[in-house]
Amino acid sequence: MADKQTKISTREQTQLAREKAERMNRPVDLSVTKEYATDDYLLQIKDLKLHFLTTRGPVQAVDGVNFDLYPNKAVVVVGESGCGKTSLAKAVLRLLPRNTGEYSGQVILRGVDTMALSDEEYRKDIRWVKMSMVPQAAMNSLNPVIRVGEQVAEPMIVHYGAKKSEAMEQAAKMFQNVGVPVDFLTRYPFELSGGMRQRVAIAMALVTGPDLVILDEPTSALDVLTQANIFNLLKRIKRNLETSFILITHDISTSSELADIVAVMYAGQIVEVSESHRFFSVPRHPYSKKLMASVPRLRAKEEPDFILGRPPSLINPPTGCRFKDRCPDRFEKCDVEPPIFRFGEDWVKCWLYEGQGETDE
Amino acid sequence: MSDQVTLKDKNTQAPEDPSEYVVDLQGLEVFFELRKFGFQHAGYVRAVDGVDLRLKRGETIAIVGESGCGKSSLMRTILRLNNPTGGKVFFDGKDITHLSANELKDIRRRIGYVQQDPYGAMPPFMDVRGILEEPLKINGVTDKAEREQRIHAVLEKVKMTPVEDYLTKFPHQLSGGQQQRIVIARAMILNPILLVADEPVSMLDASVRVEILKLLRSLQDEFNLAVIYISHDLATVRYFSEHIYVMYAGQIIEKADGDDLINETAHPYTHALLAATSDPDPKNVDEFQDVPPGEPPSLVNPPAGCRFHPRCRYMIPGLCDVERPPEFNLGNSHLVACWLFKDNHV
Repeated sequence: MADKQTKISTREQTQLAREKAERMNRPVDLSVTKEYATDDYLLQIKDLKLHFLTTRGPVQAVDGVNFDLYPNKAVVVVGESGCGKTSLAKAVLRLLPRNTGEYSGQVILRGVDTMALSDEEYRKDIRWVKMSMVPQAAMNSLNPVIRVGEQVAEPMIVHYGAKKSEAMEQAAKMFQNVGVPVDFLTRYPFELSGGMRQRVAIAMALVTGPDLVILDEPTSALDVLTQANIFNLLKRIKRNLETSFILITHDISTSSELADIVAVMYAGQIVEVSESHRFFSVPRHPYSKKLMASVPRLRAKEEPDFILGRPPSLINPPTGCRFKDRCPDRFEKCDVEPPIFRFGEDWVKCWLYEGQGETDE
Repeated sequence: MSDQVTLKDKNTQAPEDPSEYVVDLQGLEVFFELRKFGFQHAGYVRAVDGVDLRLKRGETIAIVGESGCGKSSLMRTILRLNNPTGGKVFFDGKDITHLSANELKDIRRRIGYVQQDPYGAMPPFMDVRGILEEPLKINGVTDKAEREQRIHAVLEKVKMTPVEDYLTKFPHQLSGGQQQRIVIARAMILNPILLVADEPVSMLDASVRVEILKLLRSLQDEFNLAVIYISHDLATVRYFSEHIYVMYAGQIIEKADGDDLINETAHPYTHALLAATSDPDPKNVDEFQDVPPGEPPSLVNPPAGCRFHPRCRYMIPGLCDVERPPEFNLGNSHLVACWLFKDNHV
């Protein structure tokens, strides 16, 4: 049962996407910050679970994830590899593999619970229309035998029923926006450098003018200067198109280029959500502290440290707090699963903050 | 870092003797020929173009640059996996520029090589024991008990304990960090005097990276190794090496001690690299990063003069685009190949 809000006519949608593309080249003033009322959530994720079935039992890749996102903000999900970051992205976009076990919870986009939609409605109205994704190693996710222009134009044809000429026009506009020369439209992916291919993948995610773009490790395979270029581009997109981002990364240093909110993920759960200024100065959760200490810094003297031990298996995660075996501040209470302790918009899932933050009960 | 200080002292006391150097590259050139239709000559890819590099025992140098700047070609030439087209390569005082494959066997035994992708570097059908035994078998350790004993010793060195747990494991059963430890163990098992590490941590998680780098450093101290560390990440390089060489389009454009490079950066390209390397700082959100326009040049037809001049905002017309800048000495073994320093070098 699709809500009225999600049903807009094809023509209106094409017009909307076009307007967004035109807005892109306006000058940007990064110093202006926009404030939003608290009930204006773009996306709310409530108790999202995604388990995969294996012969050894269900892998609890995403196990009860909660967070909220305002429009025009970027949330960065950081964590070690294997903690379920990419699965979270897939759960939000409902890109499920065949061995999916439990898939439950709520993904509320602009007040509409997308989990209630059927697969067909979801594909038509949500995926790549309201939410899109730049997959991991996006530069290698392009189809090698189709010209990049056609690949970027395709979502317009599929979702909005645009004519091919119209869609190509839109793709050309998108290419300008992401800084790819327009004559690259007729090239094949192998003729482009890594940075250019990444830009094409971003153009593909933006071409329909979605409200939310999920970026999965957008720069991890790129050089430093290209990385900086891509982040400049993402900042410009965020300001001009008022697009929100979920940025999934293990690189805390570069994530600070885009982050408004930082969500720390560990063993399938989010253990801390903090506003970025707060997180980068004084993180709350012991795991966040350890993560921050493991970052080599260019402009500071402290030597980086590493985290002892390994993340737990997601098939048999430890009971209670999942970080307890590696935690320097462990005490008796950690054997019981900690609730969420709230500090305004921020929250942390750790018994150390009992009595300091508010709980939900 | 106290060990860094002792290493530096060692360097200053060492006399200038050519056999002192583990690696000595003199004007090294590596060109790859391009062919049209498979046989017609169509120019060269100038992957490494005139590189001088010297490395003593117990010293670590890092080579930093973007992909395609020739740092891997340079490294492969030291291992003699590429043939140099010009210049000379000395290894441990011996000219190895034109050695035959047979003669190289003896040289390669003394060089350890740590690859970028640990999983891709190991045969997936061999267990840890097999992977570590192979180099010993090839290099004539015939006694099975001795092989076993050396495998145990090296696994303990890379802190894969208890050893018995890992000997029968296959690469896919290990985590990324453990795989990289096995690759390091394999590189160390023949007691090399030089270790070449090509982006050893770029495929690993941030929390494991530091652990592997610390392991490499402790091995270096223990065996007095010379290490060439190739990377594109200035932030980790800084903790790991005394000297940093910055490479751009096949040439080394700046050489300096780690802290000098970061605090007294000279070359405009190094400035750009440093500016683009972020620290976790919430203020980053509010400003655009300063990136020089354009992309690194093609190595088939590199720009004349300084290769960075088309992207450089301080370009001096009539000089930078005509003549290749020599290395100007800024003191304290800080060398820079940039015309901006033509009047104020030491």
